[in-house]
Amino acid sequence: MGLFEAILLSIVTSATPLLIAALGELVTERSGVLNLGVEGMMIMGAVSGFAFGIMTGNPYLGMLGAIVTGALFSLVFAFMTITLVTNQVATGLALTILGLGVSGLWGEAFVGIPGVRMQPIEIPLLSQIPFIGKLLFAQDLIFYISILLLAGVSYFLFRSRAGLTLRAVGDNHVSAHALGISVAKTRYLAVMFGGACSGLAGGHLSLVYTSQWIENMTSGRGWIALALVVFASWRPTRVLIGAYLFGAMGILQLHIQAQGVKIPSQFLSALPYIATVVVLVIISRNRRLTMMNTPASLGKGFVPDR
Amino acid sequence: MLREFPVSIQLEKRNVPSVLFSAVSPLIALALTLLAGAVLFTLMGHNPLEALYFYFVEPLTETWSLHELVVKATPLVLIATGLAICFRSNNWNIGAEGQFIVGAIAGAAFPVLLPGFESFAVLPLMMICGMLGGMAWAFIPAFLKNRFGANEILTSLMLVYVAELLLDWMVRGPWRNPEGYNFPETRSFSGWQVLPEMLTSGRAHYGALFAILGVLLMWFMLAKTMKGFEISVIGQAPRAGRFAGFNPKATTLFVFLVSGAFAGLAGIAEVSGAIGQLRPSISPGYGFTAIIVAFLGRLNPPGIFAAGLVLALSYLGGEAVQVSLQMSDKVASVFQGMLLIFVLGCDTLIHHRVRISRTGTDAASVGEVKNGTV
Repeated sequence: MGLFEAILLSIVTSATPLLIAALGELVTERSGVLNLGVEGMMIMGAVSGFAFGIMTGNPYLGMLGAIVTGALFSLVFAFMTITLVTNQVATGLALTILGLGVSGLWGEAFVGIPGVRMQPIEIPLLSQIPFIGKLLFAQDLIFYISILLLAGVSYFLFRSRAGLTLRAVGDNHVSAHALGISVAKTRYLAVMFGGACSGLAGGHLSLVYTSQWIENMTSGRGWIALALVVFASWRPTRVLIGAYLFGAMGILQLHIQAQGVKIPSQFLSALPYIATVVVLVIISRNRRLTMMNTPASLGKGFVPDR
Repeated sequence: MLREFPVSIQLEKRNVPSVLFSAVSPLIALALTLLAGAVLFTLMGHNPLEALYFYFVEPLTETWSLHELVVKATPLVLIATGLAICFRSNNWNIGAEGQFIVGAIAGAAFPVLLPGFESFAVLPLMMICGMLGGMAWAFIPAFLKNRFGANEILTSLMLVYVAELLLDWMVRGPWRNPEGYNFPETRSFSGWQVLPEMLTSGRAHYGALFAILGVLLMWFMLAKTMKGFEISVIGQAPRAGRFAGFNPKATTLFVFLVSGAFAGLAGIAEVSGAIGQLRPSISPGYGFTAIIVAFLGRLNPPGIFAAGLVLALSYLGGEAVQVSLQMSDKVASVFQGMLLIFVLGCDTLIHHRVRISRTGTDAASVGEVKNGTV
């Protein structure tokens, strides 16, 4: 395997969690809820995935644990912002702070312990195709899931009745309520879907990307996923492009560091964060694009009139 | 599904915010946090009462630990006071941690680059540079929001990571102490480069005075000046604010610069008064914990003062149970997260009446069930 192929492979691995977390958040935001707790839900997924992985000795059960934990953790946010109508920005921050704290405490016993790791699944025949076979058809299960998730979310949002309902709730919760749609129920489900995706993305970090637990191992990926949703102007296919661009940047800076280039490593490590800022600026400059696609009720609480 | 849930919680908007709950909601939140803490300690296999005692009471019984309380409350109160006007005006600066770090770097330029400069003039210069550094870092998200409409939550947060890496590079690279045996730290500050201690009995330094002055200044501005009124109006009723001729962009810039200055001052005060040099890590997340302080203090300067002491105690308690009960100091961040969750939840009581009813007996929810089954 050549260096080029190895780089492409590692880009896929680093883009997958970004793609999954951003797709989950996209669905949440399309329902009108801004959940800034992605980082917290991801880190909970990472620690619980690791924990269930070593407990059962099976990375797939570990991943299941990560998904369930992510969804349950997001329920805290859903209860707060939907039932108690708390400020979504502040509550999302609280979820991140709590997630980082709880995961640190829970994971303390796991530091330095080897975990379990998912092995790639080679799809017969397809994986024999030169070059792209290894890249696209000899990956871990989560990569395949991420692509299916992309197709599923696109179909659900724009081709299904339930997706239309969800978007209606996100664009105008007053009208949706008047039509007899349960705003609260739709949003609970959307938030929990986002939580499950974040949990899965976090589990990817501790069961696929590495097989160990490191405190704060998400290192801002949850926030980058949030930025990706804005970058994609709430369109699933554009999330794919964004996730791979950011995945590529993360990997390329690592390779440049490994080549021993004279640039201080901290500057290269800062690149993905600076790039996020730059990308946000470029996207936001186009007011028409963002105005057209932003769910109109995003971030606003809803108390039905009785 | 959800409609089969045995109890339903319904909110009813109050016409006027409840005065009673404005006052007691932080206290209810504190009580709930203690209760949840007791459960947590029990789950971890400790006697909950004993653990709570070691966590919340024991650190208040000795002089040196009271000093530590002040040392930790100083940056929290300073940062949170600045953040309060951001949050009041609906500007979400969550990058105070980065502004704290850049303030510390900017202020440390004097002692690091001019080690011989030890006259009394150096201290005010350091503090001013610290404020300017914090302001410069806060200017970026404010400018990007005003000019391009870029989301300030994400940009200010991304800049935290950049600031941390910048500090890491500085102390390992250009600013590393040449006589420091290759440790990643700058030279130790000396003479007037050190913010002095207030009393001879412990470590509490004059940064605490800055925090008190900051609280008073901000309280005055919010309660007595037009600017303070403008900030609240723009946050609560942006349309009304525009009709009144208030400029939301100017306000965004103003609140970011002020909160950046406060965070930057906290940064240089911490480095000069408590640490005495720059290191790769100079903050246990003060910039983020200050967000909790701001909300627990209900975005009011006097409230923030009290809340800063509470959160400072949460850090001390974490260290205390580590020593006395061999517990992990990570407990502290769990407590802090729970506290913010409870604070936000209890604030609902201020603007809403909460009705808890059993599903099925309530006419409204019967209607919902029917809708669902049709």
